[in-house]
Parts: sequence; structure tokens; C-alpha cells
Amino acid sequence: MRFGEFGGRFVPEVLIPPLEELEDAYSRFKNNVEFQKMLDYYLKNYAGRPTPLYFAENLTKKVGGAKIYLKREDLLHGGAHKINNTIGQALLARFMGKKRLIAETGAGQHGVATAMAGALFGMKVDIYMGVEDVERQKMNVFRMKILGANVIPVDSGSKTLKDAINEALRDWVSSFEYTHYLIGSVVGPHPYPTIVRDFQSVIGKEVKVQILEKEGFLPDAIVACVGGGSNAIGIFYPFIKEDVRLIGVEAAGKGLDTGKHAASLLAGDKGILHGMFSYFLQDSDGQIATTHSIAAGLDYPGVGPEHAWLKEIGRAEYVAVKDDDALKAFLDLSKLEGIIPALESAHALAYAVKVAEEMEKDEVVVVNLSGRGDKDLNIVMEALKC
Amino acid sequence: MLKKDLLVFLTAGDPDTKATLDFMLSVEKYAIIELGIPFSDPIADGKTIQRSYYRALKNGFRVKDVFLIAKEFRQHSEKPLVLMTYYNPVFRLGLEKFVERAKESGFNAILLVDLPIDEAGAYLEVCRKFEIGTVFLAAPNTKEERLKAIDDASTFVYLVSLYGTTGAREELSSLALDLLFRAKKICKKPLAVGFGISKAEHVEKLIKNGANGVVVGSAVIEIIEKFGKDAGKYLEEKVKELSRALN
Repeated sequence: MRFGEFGGRFVPEVLIPPLEELEDAYSRFKNNVEFQKMLDYYLKNYAGRPTPLYFAENLTKKVGGAKIYLKREDLLHGGAHKINNTIGQALLARFMGKKRLIAETGAGQHGVATAMAGALFGMKVDIYMGVEDVERQKMNVFRMKILGANVIPVDSGSKTLKDAINEALRDWVSSFEYTHYLIGSVVGPHPYPTIVRDFQSVIGKEVKVQILEKEGFLPDAIVACVGGGSNAIGIFYPFIKEDVRLIGVEAAGKGLDTGKHAASLLAGDKGILHGMFSYFLQDSDGQIATTHSIAAGLDYPGVGPEHAWLKEIGRAEYVAVKDDDALKAFLDLSKLEGIIPALESAHALAYAVKVAEEMEKDEVVVVNLSGRGDKDLNIVMEALKC
Repeated sequence: MLKKDLLVFLTAGDPDTKATLDFMLSVEKYAIIELGIPFSDPIADGKTIQRSYYRALKNGFRVKDVFLIAKEFRQHSEKPLVLMTYYNPVFRLGLEKFVERAKESGFNAILLVDLPIDEAGAYLEVCRKFEIGTVFLAAPNTKEERLKAIDDASTFVYLVSLYGTTGAREELSSLALDLLFRAKKICKKPLAVGFGISKAEHVEKLIKNGANGVVVGSAVIEIIEKFGKDAGKYLEEKVKELSRALN
């Protein structure tokens, strides 16, 4: 139920029974052969797993240090790692007999992945999305609608991801009897951080097999971006007990000293929001702060409790990369490898290059390329003023 | 603390701290006041109370203000005062410091909306140390065993009348009476019913069926939303009308 002191279940009383129901159903789901077979089937045939572990030779040559491998989650259906979790949880919802899915989305990637799973399994889907994000991410809103989902704009608070989560929780309080709340990251009350981590660990499991095939040894370092932290925990988790450096990269936005960032592990304080005890960006009264990142998927004032714990015990390192450096990594990878990464993943790339530079040529760094960058072209255009 | 009482929820600092104190003094003859700390992310609250919180925060509300309001209120009234808040502002100030300040400024009990009993060990210890009451929520789906534990930990039990967030409803939820009857069999502490209650007939029905308290929130916040700082006399009218339904 907890990761050290982090995690827990800080919710109004009415949500305790649905969370207990979910916890119980999930433990049965994990051991249900038929559903596990279905999960494998859809991950392979629908989502496109396993994804390649690609040796980025041009980038490696340019950097002149450790060999850089990219875990190509950007090649998954939908263009991001999010589908690993939405297929898993949609099947879990079906297993529980729930007919409707609700979800929050920031940039829209998780909303799109939920809409896909809902279409696939014939479930009604309602997606909560902050008004600001609806405005910024028109294409993804349209994608969700085409996929048959209903997008509900949220105009309370900061009108972004955290408020979309608030609104989804408010919905769930009155609809849990027939609705599954499909949380998109390793956040929220127990058992969500564990469920989402389990569904995303397929990333790390594959990397383990693939790198042993290609190099014959485990990587020296793994780098992933951290917003809520689902792609990072997904690739870290199977390596936690191995001798591998794990590096999570948060969004430094315009700089950690400007207040315009989303680095809750580096600059936040312990607190309670969205049902969990973790690190949050907040003021001295405990009011949650507004955040900024060029990457909408990192633009969240909190972080998953397991990351908070990995930081606390020193098992993973957490750093932050600014908007400008992420943008540069975005352009570099596009030109050098012909791969346009998501701006979120570009944060991980930017730091991975720094790490690789200081390592030996026979060492290996794996970067989780969690998504593709097509969704970010408008933002990049604006940033480059072209 | 409760026998047959009306509880009125007010947001501290909406529209400002002085107005809040005025409102409290204009309704305290008829009701026990439950004073809420505005929070940026109130997941248990509907639109009306959300907007109330945002008005207060926009007008510069700070957590320390809630203690100042209570101290000032205590100069004029002996009525019980309940402090309602989400957990993060409490944790941020420091559990012990928060509870101590709540006690010394005159609050009689604290209700933390998002701190269920399973997570409340340290909090309960501190509240016992400072001899301040604790109120926990119970919901229509709370099972018997849990209801017992909630009763044990509570000064009075706050029964959530429906599946949903706070907000005035036209009709009393059908779940409200079921929960009240169930709780009466299990609980030893006084029982208050809240969420969705807006009319005198709701109050009357609940009291008639054995509730010790009925909480009205959004229905009075709507008056503040409409009349701002001048809401005092309208609040008084509404609360007076609701309180008549107690007898």
C-alpha cells in the first residue's frame, strides 16, 4: 500500500470501498490466465509490442561517449507508451464488469489512448481535460472525438491536468458503481500507482531481454522523463534490483529559480494531493502551485509516490532539463536519426546525451523514447517562431 | 456537541475575513458553524464551494486567517466551532502546530475531508493530546465494521447523504435515510447528515428521523455568491428559516 512513507489512500470516505474493490479485482485479474492472455494478445497485435530497442549510431558517434539505445515506445499505436496502461486497465474494467471509462488528460495522449481502448472494447468513454489544454491541443481533442469519446472541458482552478484529475475524481465519487476511473500515470490513491506501474513495466522487461541479446550485459544507465512518472517507472522497475543507474528527468521549464517549472521532486515539498502522499509544488500554505513545461505531459505539480521513494532511498537519481535544452534535443534527434521525439521524451534525451558524454565507449545508456513528436509540432513551430 | 442542531458551512475568507466573521455572528444564534479552509484542489466539493474557495484565495486568504477569525468569534460567542479542511494545508503547517493553533483559537473539533481513518493514526494522537474533537465522514457505501471504527474515532459522525460532491440538491437523497437508520443502530456518537441539503423540509425530515445535526453548505454559500459582503442579513434569514425546521 505504500512505498516507504509515500503513497497511501487519502480520499473522502465514499471512495474507500471502490478502491478496495479495485485492489481486490486487480489481484484476481493478475492471476486470471484468460485475461492475461487477452492482455498479451492486444499488446502484441493491437498496440504493436514488443517495441524495438534501437541503437542510435549517429547520435552515439556525435556525442562520442557511451552507446545510446532508444526504447521505441514512440512506435506504439497512438504514438506513446500510454496504450500499455489503457489496454491493461480497460481489460481490468471489463473484468470488473464496469461499462464506462473516465480519464483525465493533459496533452491528450492518455485521453487518446483511453479513447482507443474504449472503442476497442466497446465501452463508453468520458475524458476530462482542462480548458487551457483543450485550447492548446485541438488535434488530440478531435482525435478523441473521432474515436467516439466525449471530451468534457474543465474550467475550474488552473484549468489544466491537475484540475482534470480533480474533476474525474468528482465524477467517480458518483459513478463508481458502473464506471472505472482509468488513471493515466503512476499517481493517485493506492492501488493505482502499483497497477499503472505493473502495466508499464512491460517496457523494462523487454529492454532487459533486448539489451542482453544485443550487448550481452545490462545497461549502465537508463534515462527517462518524469511528469507523473509512468514511462520512467515502467522502464526502471525491472532494473531496481540490478546494478544499473536509473535517472529520472523532470521539467525545469524556464529554470528552477523562475518558479516556472514542473520539477516536483527537485523543488517540491512533501504533501497530499490526488489521494497520495508524495512531493508537490506548493506554497507555504499547502496550496498547490501552477506549473510550466513546454512538454504538456510533464506539466503536473506532483509525482508518483514510488519515484518519491526511489529518490528518498537514493536508488534513482532525479535531475531536471529546461525547455530550451529539450527543444534542442528534439531537433537534434530529428536531424541525426530521422526520429521526431515527443517533447517529454526530449527531456530524457537531452540529459542522456550529457550522461553518455562522460561515460566510456563500451558502456551503454538506454533512453526511454516514450512518445513521438507529431503532437508537438505546433508548439515547436511557435517556439522557433517559424 | 450535537443534540438537535443545524450546522452551517462557511468558507473562511469568502469574500474576505472580516465578512466571514460578520456572517458567523449573524447566524450563530441559530446554528453551529463549520468553518472551511479554502483549498486549491477541493475534490469532494461541487461547483458552488469550489467557486467560494477560489474567491477567498484570489482575495489573498492565508491559512493563519482561519485562526484569527476563530479567535475573534470567540470574543462574542460560546457556540461550538468546527474546522473543516483538506489534509494538505494541515500537513504543510505541521500536524502538531496546526492542531495546537486550532485548539487555542477556539475550535472544538476538526474534520479532514480527505483523511480516512486508516491514515489518521498520528492525527488522532495529536488531537487527543490537545483535547480537540475529531469528526470523520461515513458514506452510504461504508460497511458496518468501518462505520464502527469511524464512530470510535469521532466526536460526532458526519454522514454523507449521497454519492457525489457537495452542492445544493432539490430533493433529499434516498440514500440519506437508509444510511441514517443504519448508523443509528451501529454508532454511539451523535450523527450529522450533510451534502446536498438545501431546504427546511430536508432538515425537518432528517431531524424527525433521528439525526442530531444537519449540515447546510452550498445553499448558504450561494447567498454569499449573490450578495457578497452584504450577504449577512440574507444569510440570517435563510439560516433562521432552516433552524425553525429543527423543532
